[in-house]
Amino acid sequence: MPLIWIILAVLALGAAGYVLGRKRAVSSAGGDIRILHSLPNYYGMNVFLTAVVPALLVLVVWLLVQPAVIQRQVTQLIPDNDIMESGELSLIMSDVRRVADGLDRALEQGALSREEARMIRSEFTNIRETLASIGVALGDDVNADVLAAAQRYRTLQTTGNTLMTAAVLILAALGLGYAYSRTHKDFRARNTVERAVLSILILASTIAILTTVGIVLSMVLETRDFFHLYPAREFFFGTEWIPSFEGGSHLGLLPLLWGTLYITFIALLVAVPVGLFSAIYLAEYAGRRMRGIAKPMIEVLAGIPTIVYGLFALITVGPMLRDYFAEPLGFGTSSSSVMTAGIVMGIMLIPFVSSLSDDIINAVPQSLRDGSYGLGATQSETVKQVILPAALPGIVGAILLAASRAIGETMIVVMGAGAAATLSLNPFEAMTTVTVKIVGQLTGDTDFSSPEALVAFALGLTLFAITLGLNILALFIVRKYREQYE
Amino acid sequence: MTDASTPVPPKSSLYATSDRVKRRNRSETRFRAYGFAAITVGVLALILLVISIVSNGASAFRQTYITIPVELTEARLDPAGNRDPAEMARVTTFGYAPLLAQALQQHLQGQGISMEGVTPRDLMAMISQEAPAQVRALVLANPEIVGQTVTMEMLAGGRIDGYFKGRVTLESAERDSNVSPAQLLLAERMAEAGLIETRFNWAFITGPDASDQRPEAAGLGIAILGSFYMMIVVLVLALPIGVAASIYLEEFAPQNRFTDAIEVNISNLAAVPSIVFGILGLAIFINFAGLPQSAPIVGGLVLTLMTLPTIIIATRASLRAVPPSIRDAALGLGASKMQSVFHHVLPLAAPGILTGTIIGLAQALGETAPLLLIGMVAFVREFPDAPPEGFFDPTSALPVQVYNWTQRSDPAFVERASGATIVLLVFLLFMNAMAVILRRRFERRW
Repeated sequence: MPLIWIILAVLALGAAGYVLGRKRAVSSAGGDIRILHSLPNYYGMNVFLTAVVPALLVLVVWLLVQPAVIQRQVTQLIPDNDIMESGELSLIMSDVRRVADGLDRALEQGALSREEARMIRSEFTNIRETLASIGVALGDDVNADVLAAAQRYRTLQTTGNTLMTAAVLILAALGLGYAYSRTHKDFRARNTVERAVLSILILASTIAILTTVGIVLSMVLETRDFFHLYPAREFFFGTEWIPSFEGGSHLGLLPLLWGTLYITFIALLVAVPVGLFSAIYLAEYAGRRMRGIAKPMIEVLAGIPTIVYGLFALITVGPMLRDYFAEPLGFGTSSSSVMTAGIVMGIMLIPFVSSLSDDIINAVPQSLRDGSYGLGATQSETVKQVILPAALPGIVGAILLAASRAIGETMIVVMGAGAAATLSLNPFEAMTTVTVKIVGQLTGDTDFSSPEALVAFALGLTLFAITLGLNILALFIVRKYREQYE
Repeated sequence: MTDASTPVPPKSSLYATSDRVKRRNRSETRFRAYGFAAITVGVLALILLVISIVSNGASAFRQTYITIPVELTEARLDPAGNRDPAEMARVTTFGYAPLLAQALQQHLQGQGISMEGVTPRDLMAMISQEAPAQVRALVLANPEIVGQTVTMEMLAGGRIDGYFKGRVTLESAERDSNVSPAQLLLAERMAEAGLIETRFNWAFITGPDASDQRPEAAGLGIAILGSFYMMIVVLVLALPIGVAASIYLEEFAPQNRFTDAIEVNISNLAAVPSIVFGILGLAIFINFAGLPQSAPIVGGLVLTLMTLPTIIIATRASLRAVPPSIRDAALGLGASKMQSVFHHVLPLAAPGILTGTIIGLAQALGETAPLLLIGMVAFVREFPDAPPEGFFDPTSALPVQVYNWTQRSDPAFVERASGATIVLLVFLLFMNAMAVILRRRFERRW
């Protein structure tokens, strides 16, 4: 039974339960709802939740666990020498899955009868051609082992699905029956329902924790595999990045880290003065009309997706820098460069710096300004000598947050910075960053047991650690500073 | 004891500004100018960005078409002569191409348009490689038109299209191996005869992507649909989960370690680089749970996790903005805590929650990096099925399509990528405008 029907069936059971439960509660009170402990709808709701929630939970868990169990069962059927031949178990398994799906589809379209599909033999039928005729393309001819595994896969899949459907529906029916039998005028339905709702709320809020755990686990496990294949020392201190899928690659972090930090530095060089000065101007000088126009325009910059900035770097800023600066000055002929990516990323960060600084400048108490003006200081002197020193910790925090943004930014550097991992000082040269290499190593067909693919997880973990550290530091500084004036 | 050498204060007058005051005033003006310059830089950057995208991309919405009568010869298209689509499908696009070449050549001769300097082969190159496929699809759909002469509208080749949009010039054609000036001059003559026209290009918005060789046929249909599917997934998952989490944290959570851990996690997740979410999606949803690559369901799940912090932060702010007197009044009338939240606080906070959700969705719509890692870059030409099965079919996404097109060699794809960006920006503008209107209309100040 397709998934959607199972879910609909469970919901239908729940709805029926709602109506039944409500009716039973009302009739147990003799039609006078004032005698009931709770409002009648709560009795219905109680039956609905008892029927639906456990059934759907089981469904989700089953869906997550079943593929792993079947995978393990089927893998045992594939002899070791097959794995040796094609080098990769996951490749065989994807073949197995495709054959199994193909057979199922053939059944569906009537190209094979149920009996034929079950008895099909690679010795007698050309399975590849049969499946190709219904639109399932196979890379290789199917050998007997793969076919056996595919057949096993199909039977396990069918039994699994039948069992799951049965289990979920029975559970829903049981829940319905149990809750229905408990429905009585003295039953504290509201308290039960509210407890259930509360636990759903708690469950929803733990997703944040689960996500973090998921992020850390997925990267730590793969990174451990990577360090089994490639020495950690060479990764962290290597100065060369030359991946080659035939083996013998050099996967040193340093050139990538250098590119990342260089670009971040240039981005901050653009974003911090512009963002800070515009925040000061808007907060201290600009009139109402000017603020009404300029502030939204700068904030629009924050709503533009990074892919658009990347395109801007690629088709406008890069060629412009190359034609007007790099080539005449003899710095190089590449349109993708540290400068391109840095400037565009700086533009992206302007609203980020300016809105954070705006908050911080506005948090400086008015009494400090008034004191300064009272002593005869001009506006700019007040800003420079009173407001900025008072706001300094907050501004440092804002800059750190902006830096962490810049370090983790991907699309602008993918499209604007280039792919060459070099340790160079020339800002008009193409360099690459950690994020570019994560994208580079993980897009396309990748073999997840080679160090060249696994290195992306180590890079991701490094990136995660750096940005997390910067964020925590920044939040700490900002929070510490806020306390001063509150 | 007086010191005779006490400096005499410099002669100063209230009517004349001293040097020092002048200097201070100058520095004041300078400081002001810096601030103004900073604003100008920011605004200019925005204007430059918009101009750059629009000027490059506006032409993607127009396309050049060649209209000629084509004789659909029976001998070529349906050798058996029984109009059976299954048998006619054996004739591939290679069987159709000569028909078009012949038709074009004959029609030009008939119209008296000279073809000097253009070989028949070059002539064929002026029609898009997509055109034979278009004709074939038309013939297979209506087998009865075989044998007739039908007036067909076909896409012109990418370079010819570029000539009418000003991207290709006679000078650049000299250096381009894909097009010759003679072809462009012929195109010019054809345009004068009314055979070539440039008009609005719906196929760009509704059609599927096309291969590297035929930028003129590339469309955004699948990408828009894929993005739309992902937004559905995000909305269906992120909104209820986000609201539930915020209600718990804001209204019920006790002050303890567990709550603290959740709070810290949410603020950190909001700052984790988006590509890290892509790694999570790849490792957990694809490699561990075995969900298919390039599927909107995986993209939607990853974007849900990314959008959750935004929605939670917005929802909590709008729950906090509901005054405590509302809760107190509800409790005072005998409502339970849960009833006071769900019957009174939540409806009052709804506009703020909706606004936050729309802004979160807008962010998710423009996100690219995590989608690259879960295989959304794949070349997809088949439209996905309707949901829910369609959620598991391979699709593309709008921002990824932009990236994809920038990676192709033909310069015509720059125009396509910019055009796709315009579509993306229009969607975002629409969503943000909706959020602003919602806020203006329904937000209540207490």
